[in-house]
Amino acid sequence: MKIAGFLAALAVLTLAACSTPDATTTKNADVEDRTGVPGGPRAANPTSPTTSGINSTAIATQPIAPAVTATTNAGGRGDPALRDPNSLLSRRNIFFDYDGFVVSAEYRAIIEAHAKYLVTNKATRLRIEGHTDERGSREYNLALGQRRADAVRRSLVLLGVNETQIETVSFGEEKPAMTGTSEEAWRANRRADLAYPGE
Amino acid sequence: MSISLFKFLGQRVVFFIVIALSSASHAQLTIEITGVGATQIPVATVGFAGDTSLGGQIAQVIQSDFQRSGLIKNIDTRSAPRSATPVAAEIAQLRTSGADAVVVGSVASTANGRYEVRYYLTDAATNQQQLAFSFTVGARDMRAVAHKIADQVFEKLTGVPGVFSTRIAFVAKNGRNFSLQVADSDGENPATVLTSPEPIISPAWSPDGRRLAYVSFESRKPVVWVHDVTTGQRRAVANFKGSNSAPAWSPDGSQLAVALTQDGPTQVYVLSAEGGTPRRLTSSGVIDTSPAFTPDGEYLLYTSDRGGSPQIYRQKVAGGAAERLTFEGAYNAMPRVSPDGKSFVFIRREGNREMIAVQDFATRQVQTLTAGGIDESPTFAPNGKTILYASMQGGRGVLGLVSVDGRIKQRISSAGSDIREPAWGPIVQ
Repeated sequence: MKIAGFLAALAVLTLAACSTPDATTTKNADVEDRTGVPGGPRAANPTSPTTSGINSTAIATQPIAPAVTATTNAGGRGDPALRDPNSLLSRRNIFFDYDGFVVSAEYRAIIEAHAKYLVTNKATRLRIEGHTDERGSREYNLALGQRRADAVRRSLVLLGVNETQIETVSFGEEKPAMTGTSEEAWRANRRADLAYPGE
Repeated sequence: MSISLFKFLGQRVVFFIVIALSSASHAQLTIEITGVGATQIPVATVGFAGDTSLGGQIAQVIQSDFQRSGLIKNIDTRSAPRSATPVAAEIAQLRTSGADAVVVGSVASTANGRYEVRYYLTDAATNQQQLAFSFTVGARDMRAVAHKIADQVFEKLTGVPGVFSTRIAFVAKNGRNFSLQVADSDGENPATVLTSPEPIISPAWSPDGRRLAYVSFESRKPVVWVHDVTTGQRRAVANFKGSNSAPAWSPDGSQLAVALTQDGPTQVYVLSAEGGTPRRLTSSGVIDTSPAFTPDGEYLLYTSDRGGSPQIYRQKVAGGAAERLTFEGAYNAMPRVSPDGKSFVFIRREGNREMIAVQDFATRQVQTLTAGGIDESPTFAPNGKTILYASMQGGRGVLGLVSVDGRIKQRISSAGSDIREPAWGPIVQ
């Protein structure tokens, strides 16, 4: 590409205020200072006879700061009892109907097992993560996922779990369990996941 | 990019913008033009005199801006003499080639490695000077000066401010990694603002164009951040119990409207853009989200399912009753108010099709702008004439542009990555 020469810097465009050549302003000087040109705009923008009547502006771009890298907590392993494949405690997914946020009776045994664990281990915190399928607005889906997580929380609280042990959050459609545009994927993604500390 | 492509205006034109950058993390954007305006003003932009290489490049950037606008037709100027100032005989010649207006100019190096760029816009029919401007600029800002010239000429010819100097933000997904990126409105100068192994959504530019508010899931829950893109400094401004989402700036940049669940259901709150204690605005007890300020700062629009399905409501920021605005269809969400405050754009869903639509506040008339598929997250250009939105093409995230009359259409894609969640930045003075 011919214009590659212009791409030396990643830059944010900042436009200095307009001014006439004979009335340069301090606003222009601010921009000049950032670009390291001594003498200010008057020196960098000499007025010649042919510019009379032409409005003159200094233009300078400001580099965008280097990218910030977000990191997530690596997490530990938590209580091994929660990972025993023979225990209902290892089951962490509650699935929902389309646009629905009612916890189906088929998940009662799983909910009861987690409620019992949380009642016994009152210092343990549980995070319930709500999810949706990809259809609809991302922001609305975030709220819909929250409703699913909240529905699971209510089931646990009704079984005696202290509300302060639970935080409900939503990932909306952002963390699908299965990718793709199919009924199967959508079904797999309409869920609430239970996550214990370190998971 | 070859200047000869501009001859094919009016047909389907594909041109590629290849970014010569060492880092592979920046999205390389391709812009495909799929529709143009009903009427186009023919303009001849002659290669600038002086530094031949830079002068040609400036004219090319201006022509590329005009072409993407869909409202200006570029007249072939390859055989036109490069004059630093308008020459009547040359303008007359371009007039016979069909030009209504002619842009000529010059670029010359000055002290300290800087350049002076001048241009003149002339009405080709009357030979009257329409505009004459001079700029001082560093070599790396030559594209910026070309965009500025395009903005000024575009506004003079169409009466609408140009948005060629503006930037866009969007989210790119590469494999399992997410990045928040900004680029010039023509896809050039891409830069990565934030990278994360967890999703990033809902970017929104501050009115001064320096900060982006967004939702990051890096702490395994949605948190609203404000990030100064010029310094790289950022702060979690809404990190309350539960989910924090959907930031929208107040017109003066001092406040954010957000959706929070700290009191239970997802409701709309307002808090300082620096953080602080949120003030609850809605109390429907069901879902209220996606707030958007009106340009006068007096109202918030938002999505609510208080009526049994997601619809768009309006409420005074100072408090008061909510007024339902949308009635057609069972799913209308994510309102964004036009810069002139006369209409709002939103997502309209019918079955599994999601379309971008606009509704006029006064007449309540709805116009659907896209055929649909999965079109979402619309954002107005700061001149109100174009809407940028997220779409899907062959299972991959792309961005679409559509003019508010639905005629001018473009697609922006990035090889090898999903791009989504666009936000069009302000005109920065």
